[in-house]
Amino acid sequence: MKMFVPRNWREYPSRYRLEASRFTKSGTVYYPKRMVDPETGDTEQETVNLPLSGKVLTYTVIRTSPDQWKDLAPYALAIVELEDGTRMMGQLTDCNVEEVSIGMEVRLEFRRVQTEGHSGVLSYGHKFVPKWY
Amino acid sequence: MRSVCVVGVGMSKWGEVWRMSFRDLHTEAALNAIRDAGVDRLDALYVGCMSGGLFVGQEHLASLLTDYMGMRGIPAMRVESACASGGMAFRAAFIEVASGMSDIVMASGVEKMTDCAPDDATSALASAADQEYEVFHGATFPGLYAMMAHAHMAKYGTTREMLSAVAVKNHQNGAKNPVAQYPFEITREQVEKSVMIADPLRILDCSPITDGAAAVIVTTEEVAKSLGKPYIKVLGSGVGTDTIALAQRQDLTTLRAVTLAAQRALDMAGKKIDEINFAEVHDCFTIAEIMVAEAIGKYEPGKAGQAILAGETGREGAFPINTSGGLKSKGHPVGATGIAQVVEVYKQLTGIAENGRQIPGSPTIGMTQNMGGSGGSSVVHIMEVAS
Amino acid sequence: MAGIVGYGAHLPRHRIKVEEIAKVWGADAPSYKRGLMLREKSVPPPDMDTITLSVEATRNALKRAGSIDPKDIGAIYIGSESHPYAVKPSGTVVAEAIGATPDIHCADFEFACKAGTEAMYVALSHIEAGQMKYALAIAADTSQGAPSDALEFSAAAGAGAFIMGNDNVIAEILYTHSYMTDTPDFWRREHQFYPQHGSRFTGEEAYFAHTKGASRAILEKSGMKPSDFAYAVFHQPNGKFHQRVALELGFTQEQIDPGWLAPVLGNTYSGASPIGLTAILDIAKPGDLVFMCSYGSGSGSDAFIWKVTDRIDEVRDAAVRTSKLLEENLIYVDYGTYAKFRHKIRKND
Repeated sequence: MKMFVPRNWREYPSRYRLEASRFTKSGTVYYPKRMVDPETGDTEQETVNLPLSGKVLTYTVIRTSPDQWKDLAPYALAIVELEDGTRMMGQLTDCNVEEVSIGMEVRLEFRRVQTEGHSGVLSYGHKFVPKWY
Repeated sequence: MRSVCVVGVGMSKWGEVWRMSFRDLHTEAALNAIRDAGVDRLDALYVGCMSGGLFVGQEHLASLLTDYMGMRGIPAMRVESACASGGMAFRAAFIEVASGMSDIVMASGVEKMTDCAPDDATSALASAADQEYEVFHGATFPGLYAMMAHAHMAKYGTTREMLSAVAVKNHQNGAKNPVAQYPFEITREQVEKSVMIADPLRILDCSPITDGAAAVIVTTEEVAKSLGKPYIKVLGSGVGTDTIALAQRQDLTTLRAVTLAAQRALDMAGKKIDEINFAEVHDCFTIAEIMVAEAIGKYEPGKAGQAILAGETGREGAFPINTSGGLKSKGHPVGATGIAQVVEVYKQLTGIAENGRQIPGSPTIGMTQNMGGSGGSSVVHIMEVAS
Repeated sequence: MAGIVGYGAHLPRHRIKVEEIAKVWGADAPSYKRGLMLREKSVPPPDMDTITLSVEATRNALKRAGSIDPKDIGAIYIGSESHPYAVKPSGTVVAEAIGATPDIHCADFEFACKAGTEAMYVALSHIEAGQMKYALAIAADTSQGAPSDALEFSAAAGAGAFIMGNDNVIAEILYTHSYMTDTPDFWRREHQFYPQHGSRFTGEEAYFAHTKGASRAILEKSGMKPSDFAYAVFHQPNGKFHQRVALELGFTQEQIDPGWLAPVLGNTYSGASPIGLTAILDIAKPGDLVFMCSYGSGSGSDAFIWKVTDRIDEVRDAAVRTSKLLEENLIYVDYGTYAKFRHKIRKND
């Protein structure tokens, strides 16, 4: 699907800076940001930036990929629990896909996530890479 | 609330149906259901369709389909909840009849998936996932279920063999279903040597891309009786929802929406899960059948794989699952799937399942479980044969 | 005193060996390796570009800068010849990613391989002029060499980022000098995918004339001589030029070794001498003098003399060292993967 510019642009705080909502009552952090705490109904919140490392909760290796990612296929996709307990989905890049495993420690890196053809807009965000230092 | 019955069912041809359009498929299924029930009018239509817009560029489709089936002018509405659209349309028809607003309502479902390039079909299906925080990162549908599979395997020791057993069983059943897209048996070896799509899921763990439609006539017990045909009663209807983004689920190994839907349907029916004789469940991927069998409460978490492997869910087992062949063998035209599940339960309860596919021992209560996306929504119905 | 308050580098993990490229084009690998003094080069995967390298290098620079508020950064300049957009700044993305918007100056710099050091000079100038608390200069490239061209063996990717400021300086700037003429030894016309070059003309009249011109001028200006420096780093289009210019100017192999990255990294274009500087700062001692001279085709050189301060010992391990990025956790790719990664394969839209 075409990544229409404003649709990506308005997500910059989440995608570029990993901004998340921490609700006052529960202290729970949600990524991406949301207006209401789904557990308590609380609407009072502060913005926090997520930590840049975590571990793999589950993963897959996408071998038949959408056109957008053919240059990267096969690529690993993972749900990662960050150090603060928040979870997010993303690609696990710069790795041997045969060596990905649950519990693997990863770091978040700023990457180009989508490339709209030869002339369209570039979309950036974060991907996971194996933690090696 | 009035008692609600299903009195006639119809299916179109299922598969890669190159010669039939979106509207042709629906019209064929609708006319089959109308003829089967012997009704001469419809008070309303609820049609389930996941994405007419993305698959064939057609929205505003309830009016179009009503017109082409010869019912121009009746109230008609399209219902969408991703792959659970059909089941939700059935629920809408159920509510309309139960409420007393209408007496004879068609619930149908349709999807024409092969009129777009395979990559576009993949994108259309992925629109059931969180676009900004899953699909943006390259998630595909098999990928999402694959992640659930890895989590389930890690937590419960679910094995490759258990996944294969689901596919083998459903193809055994589908081989006997005249409308099945892939009506042939497969072996465990074939499953395990098939091409990897999204680890650990292989192509034979996945339901196919299918063109097809299905329709049922939902009516009052009074009308059903008057038609003089075998009919079944809808005892319970339940819907559950959950986050559509997998990463935001508390537990990656359970399907909370399914559990909620099943509990609500069972409560409404006044039944316990052990009183249900068989079920048609949403096996879009082999792991889904295992997780659903646990989520509806039939098996403890982590126990369904072993039960399926042991044959408990085979046609002659203690709790047959997907005697139609399931999404796996019968095909998965997403919007039509939930209605086709009702068709199979109707056939099993009224004893007309074809080709020796009939469950032995005259089952009396069946369940349908239809699921949207990676479990963001689910709808469950409980049906009983009319005595 | 103005100088660097935080520095950081980022490199792709992927590498391709000279032999792998030579094999495809029927080139004689041993003579290329000897001639270019180059063994392998970095290869950016499709999800990495000048912008992403810049963000990661900047995050490392911020770690070493300590607890500075990104909002205090008053300018961001990225020098590169491979900005992902022909029209639309790279720096805006980096500024958003580190939370430095909206009260900030930004422009992308372009001057072949010296755009990055020009960005460093301008950032330092802002600080010396007292116009802002911090200024960020980034030198980054994901350069392309035409298939089978000699440049294909060296064109690599990497980034170095430097936060300039007045307080808590790691390396004070003592002198700068820029030396520039119109000497077209290497260029890429608008809408062309690969650059072209003047072959052997890029040597004496271009690279050597300008690096030596800038180096001699800054030495004269400072009254210093090569032996005063602990380290020296020059632009390194290959392994050989760097070594030759250094030795001809009177520097020793020991002085240039730590910043001489081209043999295992390739030519990171705008990033070359700046990334070399990060590798030097990683091991420098307080009081060390560091000589740096870039070169950009077209042509010009920027020379800098840095004096390392006591603070280096506190911050060098606040972020990953460049040598670690250079030597560890590498992924070697074959030519097919490299061609796919670098979009050298024609596909349907």
